[in-house]
Amino acid sequence: MTGTPASQWPLWEVFVRARNGLHHAHVGSVHAVDAEMAVENARDVYTRRGEGVSVWVVPSAQIVASDPADKDELFDPALDKVYRHPTFYEIPDGVGNI
Amino acid sequence: MASATSERSDLLKVADGCLVLSHRLSEWMSKAPTMEEDVALGNIALDLLGQARGLLQHFAAALDTDEDQLAYFREPQEFRNPLLCELPNGDFAHTIVRQLFADAWLHNVWHDWLSADDATVRGVAEKAVKENAYHLRHSSSWLVRLGDGTDESRRRTLAAVDALWPYRGEVATAGWYDVIEPVLVEATLPLPPRDAWTQRSSADGWHTEHLGYLLAEMQSLARAHPGASW
Repeated sequence: MTGTPASQWPLWEVFVRARNGLHHAHVGSVHAVDAEMAVENARDVYTRRGEGVSVWVVPSAQIVASDPADKDELFDPALDKVYRHPTFYEIPDGVGNI
Repeated sequence: MASATSERSDLLKVADGCLVLSHRLSEWMSKAPTMEEDVALGNIALDLLGQARGLLQHFAAALDTDEDQLAYFREPQEFRNPLLCELPNGDFAHTIVRQLFADAWLHNVWHDWLSADDATVRGVAEKAVKENAYHLRHSSSWLVRLGDGTDESRRRTLAAVDALWPYRGEVATAGWYDVIEPVLVEATLPLPPRDAWTQRSSADGWHTEHLGYLLAEMQSLARAHPGASW
Protein backbone atom coordinates (compact mmCIF):
# COMPACT_ATOMS: atom_id res chain seq x y z
CA MET A 1 0.00 0.00 0.00
CA THR A 2 1.28 3.46 -0.84
CA GLY A 3 0.23 6.95 0.29
CA THR A 4 -2.20 7.44 3.14
CA PRO A 5 -3.00 4.13 4.80
CA ALA A 6 -6.66 3.22 4.76
CA SER A 7 -6.55 3.00 8.52
CA GLN A 8 -6.50 6.80 8.55
CA TRP A 9 -9.76 7.03 6.63
CA PRO A 10 -12.78 7.51 8.87
CA LEU A 11 -14.65 4.41 9.97
CA TRP A 12 -18.38 4.01 9.20
CA GLU A 13 -20.84 1.56 10.73
CA VAL A 14 -23.02 -0.23 8.18
CA PHE A 15 -26.66 -1.20 8.60
CA VAL A 16 -28.47 -3.31 6.01
CA ARG A 17 -32.19 -3.90 5.58
CA ALA A 18 -32.59 -7.44 4.31
CA ARG A 19 -36.16 -7.03 3.00
CA ASN A 20 -38.83 -4.41 2.84
CA GLY A 21 -40.67 -4.38 6.16
CA LEU A 22 -37.68 -5.45 8.24
CA HIS A 23 -35.52 -3.04 10.19
CA HIS A 24 -31.93 -2.15 9.30
CA ALA A 25 -29.50 -4.35 11.21
CA HIS A 26 -25.85 -3.67 11.97
CA VAL A 27 -23.60 -5.85 9.80
CA GLY A 28 -20.11 -4.37 10.19
CA SER A 29 -18.03 -1.38 9.20
CA VAL A 30 -16.10 0.11 6.27
CA HIS A 31 -13.45 2.77 5.82
CA ALA A 32 -14.33 5.66 3.50
CA VAL A 33 -13.39 9.30 3.03
CA ASP A 34 -16.97 10.54 2.87
CA ALA A 35 -20.61 9.45 3.04
CA GLU A 36 -20.94 8.76 -0.67
CA MET A 37 -17.94 6.44 -0.73
CA ALA A 38 -19.13 4.81 2.49
CA VAL A 39 -22.46 3.87 0.89
CA GLU A 40 -20.70 2.48 -2.19
CA ASN A 41 -18.18 0.52 -0.12
CA ALA A 42 -20.96 -0.82 2.10
CA ARG A 43 -22.86 -1.92 -1.00
CA ASP A 44 -19.77 -3.64 -2.38
CA VAL A 45 -18.70 -5.36 0.82
CA TYR A 46 -22.00 -6.26 2.50
CA THR A 47 -24.67 -6.75 -0.20
CA ARG A 48 -22.83 -8.73 -2.87
CA ARG A 49 -24.80 -11.91 -2.23
CA GLY A 50 -28.23 -10.31 -2.27
CA GLU A 51 -28.29 -9.55 1.45
CA GLY A 52 -30.16 -6.28 1.27
CA VAL A 53 -32.49 -3.76 -0.29
CA SER A 54 -31.27 -0.70 1.61
CA VAL A 55 -28.08 0.44 3.30
CA TRP A 56 -27.43 2.99 6.04
CA VAL A 57 -23.98 4.21 6.99
CA VAL A 58 -23.21 6.19 10.14
CA PRO A 59 -19.84 7.67 11.14
CA SER A 60 -18.56 5.36 13.86
CA ALA A 61 -17.49 8.40 15.87
CA GLN A 62 -21.17 9.42 16.06
CA ILE A 63 -22.16 6.21 17.83
CA VAL A 64 -22.41 6.69 21.58
CA ALA A 65 -21.97 3.40 23.39
CA SER A 66 -22.65 2.31 26.92
CA ASP A 67 -19.60 1.68 29.05
CA PRO A 68 -18.93 -2.06 29.48
CA ALA A 69 -17.94 -1.30 33.09
CA ASP A 70 -21.54 -0.17 33.73
CA LYS A 71 -22.97 -3.48 32.60
CA ASP A 72 -24.01 -4.62 36.06
CA GLU A 73 -26.03 -1.56 36.97
CA LEU A 74 -27.48 -1.03 33.50
CA PHE A 75 -28.56 -4.52 32.51
CA ASP A 76 -28.48 -6.99 35.37
CA PRO A 77 -31.51 -5.52 37.22
CA ALA A 78 -33.73 -6.52 34.27
CA LEU A 79 -32.84 -10.20 34.55
CA ASP A 80 -35.19 -11.05 37.48
CA LYS A 81 -38.24 -9.03 36.44
CA VAL A 82 -40.25 -11.59 34.57
CA TYR A 83 -43.41 -9.47 34.93
CA ARG A 84 -42.01 -7.15 32.27
CA HIS A 85 -42.40 -9.88 29.65
CA PRO A 86 -45.79 -9.99 27.92
CA THR A 87 -46.36 -13.62 28.88
CA PHE A 88 -49.12 -13.23 31.49
CA TYR A 89 -52.06 -12.95 29.14
CA GLU A 90 -53.46 -14.83 26.16
CA ILE A 91 -53.07 -13.26 22.73
CA PRO A 92 -56.25 -13.62 20.65
CA ASP A 93 -55.72 -15.70 17.51
CA GLY A 94 -56.75 -12.83 15.30
CA VAL A 95 -53.84 -10.67 16.38
CA GLY A 96 -51.26 -12.71 14.53
CA ASN A 97 -47.56 -12.20 15.11
CA ILE A 98 -46.41 -9.40 17.33
CA MET B 1 -29.86 -1.90 -39.74
CA ALA B 2 -26.44 -3.49 -39.55
CA SER B 3 -25.78 -6.68 -41.48
CA ALA B 4 -25.84 -10.03 -39.69
CA THR B 5 -22.06 -10.31 -40.09
CA SER B 6 -21.32 -6.99 -38.45
CA GLU B 7 -23.74 -7.79 -35.63
CA ARG B 8 -21.82 -10.98 -34.96
CA SER B 9 -18.49 -9.18 -35.02
CA ASP B 10 -19.90 -6.62 -32.58
CA LEU B 11 -20.97 -9.49 -30.36
CA LEU B 12 -17.44 -10.87 -30.24
CA LYS B 13 -15.93 -7.44 -29.71
CA VAL B 14 -18.09 -6.88 -26.64
CA ALA B 15 -17.77 -10.45 -25.34
CA ASP B 16 -13.97 -10.42 -25.63
CA GLY B 17 -13.78 -6.90 -24.25
CA CYS B 18 -15.69 -7.92 -21.12
CA LEU B 19 -13.66 -11.12 -20.73
CA VAL B 20 -10.23 -9.51 -21.08
CA LEU B 21 -11.11 -6.51 -18.91
CA SER B 22 -12.50 -8.84 -16.27
CA HIS B 23 -9.17 -10.66 -16.17
CA ARG B 24 -7.26 -7.40 -15.85
CA LEU B 25 -9.42 -6.30 -12.90
CA SER B 26 -8.98 -9.68 -11.25
CA GLU B 27 -5.23 -8.98 -11.18
CA TRP B 28 -5.95 -6.36 -8.48
CA MET B 29 -7.26 -9.01 -6.09
CA SER B 30 -5.40 -8.83 -2.75
CA LYS B 31 -3.49 -5.68 -3.72
CA ALA B 32 -6.05 -2.92 -4.30
CA PRO B 33 -5.46 0.33 -2.35
CA THR B 34 -8.01 -0.65 0.33
CA MET B 35 -9.83 -3.81 1.33
CA GLU B 36 -13.14 -2.22 0.34
CA GLU B 37 -11.78 -1.37 -3.11
CA ASP B 38 -10.42 -4.88 -3.47
CA VAL B 39 -13.96 -6.21 -3.12
CA ALA B 40 -15.38 -3.50 -5.39
CA LEU B 41 -12.98 -4.34 -8.22
CA GLY B 42 -13.67 -8.03 -7.72
CA ASN B 43 -17.42 -7.43 -7.97
CA ILE B 44 -16.97 -5.50 -11.20
CA ALA B 45 -14.67 -8.19 -12.63
CA LEU B 46 -17.29 -10.84 -11.90
CA ASP B 47 -20.07 -8.76 -13.46
CA LEU B 48 -17.97 -8.39 -16.61
CA LEU B 49 -17.22 -12.11 -16.65
CA GLY B 50 -20.94 -12.86 -16.44
CA GLN B 51 -21.65 -10.51 -19.33
CA ALA B 52 -18.84 -12.11 -21.39
CA ARG B 53 -20.22 -15.59 -20.68
CA GLY B 54 -23.73 -14.64 -21.72
CA LEU B 55 -22.47 -13.46 -25.10
CA LEU B 56 -19.82 -16.17 -25.61
CA GLN B 57 -22.33 -18.95 -24.93
CA HIS B 58 -24.60 -17.43 -27.52
CA PHE B 59 -21.77 -16.97 -30.00
CA ALA B 60 -20.48 -20.50 -29.40
CA ALA B 61 -23.88 -22.11 -29.93
CA ALA B 62 -23.96 -20.84 -33.51
CA LEU B 63 -20.50 -22.35 -34.11
CA ASP B 64 -21.37 -25.67 -32.49
CA THR B 65 -18.72 -25.18 -29.81
CA ASP B 66 -18.78 -23.89 -26.22
CA GLU B 67 -17.75 -20.85 -24.22
CA ASP B 68 -14.64 -22.50 -22.77
CA GLN B 69 -13.32 -23.33 -26.24
CA LEU B 70 -13.70 -19.69 -27.22
CA ALA B 71 -12.26 -18.27 -24.01
CA TYR B 72 -9.38 -20.69 -23.48
CA PHE B 73 -8.42 -22.14 -26.85
CA ARG B 74 -8.31 -19.18 -29.19
CA GLU B 75 -5.04 -17.45 -30.04
CA PRO B 76 -4.49 -13.72 -29.45
CA GLN B 77 -5.07 -12.94 -33.14
CA GLU B 78 -8.56 -14.42 -32.84
CA PHE B 79 -9.62 -12.09 -30.03
CA ARG B 80 -11.62 -9.02 -30.98
CA ASN B 81 -11.59 -7.06 -27.70
CA PRO B 82 -10.81 -3.34 -27.97
CA LEU B 83 -7.11 -2.75 -27.31
CA LEU B 84 -8.11 -0.55 -24.36
CA CYS B 85 -9.32 -3.61 -22.43
CA GLU B 86 -6.04 -5.53 -22.66
CA LEU B 87 -3.71 -2.72 -21.53
CA PRO B 88 -1.93 -3.39 -18.21
CA ASN B 89 -3.38 -2.06 -14.96
CA GLY B 90 -0.62 0.46 -14.25
CA ASP B 91 -1.30 2.41 -11.08
CA PHE B 92 -4.78 2.82 -9.58
CA ALA B 93 -5.44 6.04 -11.52
CA HIS B 94 -4.55 4.23 -14.74
CA THR B 95 -6.97 1.41 -13.91
CA ILE B 96 -9.75 3.86 -13.08
CA VAL B 97 -9.32 5.86 -16.31
CA ARG B 98 -9.27 2.66 -18.38
CA GLN B 99 -12.36 1.48 -16.51
CA LEU B 100 -14.22 4.74 -17.09
CA PHE B 101 -13.44 4.60 -20.81
CA ALA B 102 -14.63 0.99 -20.98
CA ASP B 103 -17.70 1.58 -18.79
CA ALA B 104 -18.79 4.46 -21.03
CA TRP B 105 -18.36 2.25 -24.10
CA LEU B 106 -20.41 -0.57 -22.56
CA HIS B 107 -23.00 1.92 -21.29
CA ASN B 108 -23.77 2.78 -24.90
CA VAL B 109 -23.57 -0.83 -26.09
CA TRP B 110 -26.00 -2.20 -23.51
CA HIS B 111 -28.50 0.60 -24.03
CA ASP B 112 -28.37 0.02 -27.80
CA TRP B 113 -28.83 -3.69 -27.33
CA LEU B 114 -31.93 -3.28 -25.16
CA SER B 115 -33.71 -3.12 -28.52
CA ALA B 116 -31.63 -5.78 -30.32
CA ASP B 117 -33.47 -8.16 -32.65
CA ASP B 118 -31.81 -11.13 -30.97
CA ALA B 119 -33.68 -12.04 -27.76
CA THR B 120 -30.58 -13.53 -26.10
CA VAL B 121 -28.55 -10.40 -26.70
CA ARG B 122 -31.47 -8.35 -25.38
CA GLY B 123 -31.56 -10.52 -22.27
CA VAL B 124 -27.85 -10.05 -21.58
CA ALA B 125 -28.25 -6.31 -22.09
CA GLU B 126 -31.21 -6.05 -19.71
CA LYS B 127 -29.14 -7.54 -16.89
CA ALA B 128 -25.96 -5.70 -17.86
CA VAL B 129 -27.55 -2.23 -17.97
CA LYS B 130 -28.01 -2.22 -14.19
CA GLU B 131 -24.56 -3.65 -13.49
CA ASN B 132 -22.94 -1.16 -15.83
CA ALA B 133 -24.76 1.76 -14.21
CA TYR B 134 -23.01 0.92 -10.97
CA HIS B 135 -19.64 0.39 -12.66
CA LEU B 136 -19.93 3.78 -14.28
CA ARG B 137 -20.83 5.39 -10.97
CA HIS B 138 -17.81 3.72 -9.35
CA SER B 139 -15.29 4.74 -12.03
CA SER B 140 -16.74 8.26 -12.40
CA SER B 141 -16.68 9.03 -8.70
CA TRP B 142 -13.11 7.76 -8.41
CA LEU B 143 -12.01 9.77 -11.42
CA VAL B 144 -13.41 12.94 -9.85
CA ARG B 145 -11.72 12.18 -6.52
CA LEU B 146 -8.38 11.48 -8.19
CA GLY B 147 -8.47 14.29 -10.75
CA ASP B 148 -9.66 16.88 -8.25
CA GLY B 149 -7.73 15.36 -5.34
CA THR B 150 -4.10 15.82 -4.33
CA ASP B 151 -1.28 17.02 -6.59
CA GLU B 152 -0.03 13.46 -6.75
CA SER B 153 -3.38 11.90 -7.67
CA ARG B 154 -4.00 14.61 -10.25
CA ARG B 155 -0.56 14.09 -11.82
CA ARG B 156 -1.15 10.35 -12.10
CA THR B 157 -4.67 10.79 -13.48
CA LEU B 158 -3.51 13.26 -16.13
CA ALA B 159 -0.78 10.82 -17.14
CA ALA B 160 -3.33 8.02 -17.41
CA VAL B 161 -5.72 10.07 -19.58
CA ASP B 162 -2.77 11.01 -21.83
CA ALA B 163 -1.69 7.39 -22.13
CA LEU B 164 -5.15 5.95 -22.77
CA TRP B 165 -6.74 8.64 -24.95
CA PRO B 166 -5.11 7.17 -28.11
CA TYR B 167 -6.89 3.87 -27.41
CA ARG B 168 -10.41 5.35 -27.48
CA GLY B 169 -10.81 4.88 -31.26
CA GLU B 170 -12.58 1.52 -31.10
CA VAL B 171 -15.00 2.53 -28.36
CA ALA B 172 -15.57 6.26 -28.84
CA THR B 173 -18.90 7.17 -30.40
CA ALA B 174 -20.67 10.50 -29.94
CA GLY B 175 -22.48 8.85 -27.03
CA TRP B 176 -19.14 7.86 -25.52
CA TYR B 177 -17.88 11.45 -25.48
CA ASP B 178 -21.21 12.53 -23.97
CA VAL B 179 -20.53 10.24 -21.01
CA ILE B 180 -16.79 10.91 -20.65
CA GLU B 181 -16.55 14.67 -21.05
CA PRO B 182 -18.78 15.76 -18.13
CA VAL B 183 -16.80 13.46 -15.82
CA LEU B 184 -13.47 14.93 -16.96
CA VAL B 185 -14.90 18.43 -16.47
CA GLU B 186 -16.10 17.60 -12.95
CA ALA B 187 -12.65 16.17 -12.24
CA THR B 188 -11.24 19.56 -13.34
CA LEU B 189 -9.17 17.81 -16.03
CA PRO B 190 -8.59 19.32 -19.50
CA LEU B 191 -10.66 17.78 -22.32
CA PRO B 192 -8.39 16.09 -24.85
CA PRO B 193 -9.42 16.80 -28.45
CA ARG B 194 -11.95 14.43 -30.00
CA ASP B 195 -10.03 14.44 -33.29
CA ALA B 196 -6.63 13.52 -31.80
CA TRP B 197 -4.84 10.53 -33.30
CA THR B 198 -5.93 7.08 -32.22
CA GLN B 199 -4.54 3.56 -32.46
CA ARG B 200 -5.87 1.23 -35.12
CA SER B 201 -8.47 -1.31 -34.08
CA SER B 202 -8.20 -4.99 -33.25
CA ALA B 203 -10.85 -5.86 -35.85
CA ASP B 204 -8.26 -7.62 -38.05
CA GLY B 205 -6.64 -9.45 -35.15
CA TRP B 206 -3.90 -6.91 -34.49
CA HIS B 207 -3.21 -6.46 -30.76
CA THR B 208 -0.71 -4.91 -28.40
CA GLU B 209 2.01 -7.19 -27.05
CA HIS B 210 0.17 -7.30 -23.73
CA LEU B 211 -2.67 -9.59 -24.80
CA GLY B 212 -0.43 -12.63 -25.36
CA TYR B 213 0.86 -12.51 -21.78
CA LEU B 214 -2.62 -11.99 -20.40
CA LEU B 215 -3.99 -14.98 -22.31
CA ALA B 216 -0.99 -17.12 -21.38
CA GLU B 217 -1.99 -16.74 -17.74
CA MET B 218 -5.75 -16.84 -18.27
CA GLN B 219 -5.66 -19.91 -20.51
CA SER B 220 -2.86 -21.92 -18.88
CA LEU B 221 -5.03 -23.99 -16.53
CA ALA B 222 -7.59 -24.97 -19.16
CA ARG B 223 -4.82 -25.87 -21.61
CA ALA B 224 -2.88 -27.92 -19.05
CA HIS B 225 -6.02 -29.86 -18.09
CA PRO B 226 -8.31 -29.89 -21.14
CA GLY B 227 -11.87 -30.72 -20.28
CA ALA B 228 -11.28 -30.46 -16.52
CA SER B 229 -14.18 -29.24 -14.42
CA TRP B 230 -14.24 -27.90 -10.89
